[in-house]
Amino acid sequence: MSKQKIIPIGPYHPLQEEPEYFKLYCEGEKVVDVEWETGYNHRGIEKLAEEKTFEQVFFLVERICGICSTSHPFAFANSLEEISKVEIPDRAKYIRCIIGELERIHSHLLWVGLAGHFLGYDTVFMWAWKYREPVLDLFEIISGNRNSYAMFTAGGVRRDIEQSKFAKIRQDLSELKKKVDLLTGAVMDDPVIHARTKNVGVMTREDIIDYAALGPTARASGVAIDVRKDDPYAAYGSLDWNVITAEEGDVFAKAKVRLLEMYESIKIIEQSLEKMEKIPEGDILTTIWEIPEGIGMGHAEAPRGEVFHFVKTDGTNSPVRHKIRAPSYMNIATFKKSCVGQTISDAAISLAAVDPCYCCTERMAVACDHTSGKQILDGEALIKRSQDKTREIKNKVK
Amino acid sequence: MDNKKFTAEIKEKFADKIIEYQQHNDLRLTFAIQPEALFECARVFMKEKQFRFIIASGLHSREGFEIFYHFSNDSSGHVINLHVMLPHEQPTVDSLSELMSAAEWIEREIHELLGINFKGHPNLVPLISEGNWPEGTYPYRKDFKS
Repeated sequence: MSKQKIIPIGPYHPLQEEPEYFKLYCEGEKVVDVEWETGYNHRGIEKLAEEKTFEQVFFLVERICGICSTSHPFAFANSLEEISKVEIPDRAKYIRCIIGELERIHSHLLWVGLAGHFLGYDTVFMWAWKYREPVLDLFEIISGNRNSYAMFTAGGVRRDIEQSKFAKIRQDLSELKKKVDLLTGAVMDDPVIHARTKNVGVMTREDIIDYAALGPTARASGVAIDVRKDDPYAAYGSLDWNVITAEEGDVFAKAKVRLLEMYESIKIIEQSLEKMEKIPEGDILTTIWEIPEGIGMGHAEAPRGEVFHFVKTDGTNSPVRHKIRAPSYMNIATFKKSCVGQTISDAAISLAAVDPCYCCTERMAVACDHTSGKQILDGEALIKRSQDKTREIKNKVK
Repeated sequence: MDNKKFTAEIKEKFADKIIEYQQHNDLRLTFAIQPEALFECARVFMKEKQFRFIIASGLHSREGFEIFYHFSNDSSGHVINLHVMLPHEQPTVDSLSELMSAAEWIEREIHELLGINFKGHPNLVPLISEGNWPEGTYPYRKDFKS
């Protein structure tokens, strides 16, 4: 009789937001190697972009990611404006910042919810997602859509945010701040969350540099990189806010960085609104008549890290080459460092800690074994193990 | 980072290896270099200058295959490119994966989509297709008909 047990669920299954496929090679409970396969979601967007006009490409790249849908148009706009050497109107700069930061808030809230779910805190999951709703409602008020806002275009933005909406935005943000306080308090003070996330999935500074990891993943390991500060675009250079970092590099540090970043985002939006009050409505677009031949390297800080767009143009109305690099492309590869040596029950949260976004990169399932019989676990079993561990710790704490 | 000082230093180090230097604006520079100098040049960027590797963009043009290696100097906001031009027939260039793990995936991807070989890559297997594309099919080449 063979000991092998294979439960093939996935690569499409609802562990996280999207299709994904990791292979965890285990010896007993310990993960000894991680392998990653990707591909089901490759949509050939870079190739497709070469067949579309610049105007159309904005809508195309907005569909790369469902969660951070504005970060790609943001980086693409930056690269086109770099090629055509155009300065966009101030009001458009502030609107871009507002959209970018609202998106960061809802993306981080989404992650906090998912992280709670992985750890067996389904209340955190439900509350975090509930608090995320008003942010999506704000998007609907501003752009007419909860997601894929189609706000960006080369030379500015497509819609203005009218002064009459400011009061509502401010009120919702102050409500949101209270909720973020609540979530931050819950995470920072809970001994069980500490036990489950501290010293788990640790990434050192050297690992971050070797894998060129980005965003909160890098900042949680003490690497203070943030494109908004390093190479300021839109209005970020003229606003007062801080880059949040932590030194530990574990899952807890990553959670802390994301939670505290939401306060900075709120600060940025409030300042942008204040500055916008002094600029007359309507001046939101510099018309770009033609995009000359050249190359543009635009980047933008998405919730997960730097999004990078390389555009080569030849003077026609479509890009010759459009290379897109999403942050998860660099961050996911760090699993080799953060998961190896962990127990299987810690693997789920370590994998989730970088807030992997697979539309940009891609899928998961879980396999086991190395030396003994094969045992392939699926994503649900993996989450269950993680949740069971939390339950055990909770019982001990009681 | 002072552009003049930096370019002078790089030009001195790799004098005969630099084909062309271009400054797109204050924060965007491109060095077109001989492919054989790529590894050493990247090593200087990564290890001596502490630049961050952003990504590499491969493209197919009339002249051959081009790769732009994008590096970022996070302390000053510069994006510095290394550009190599490879021939149509058997395009090959040194792998940077020995220098940093970050280059492994993108080299696999470029190998798969454009058919460029990376010498010294530890695991040059397909990243996207799982090997289920017909051999010799490179979708990002300009002659590929979709």
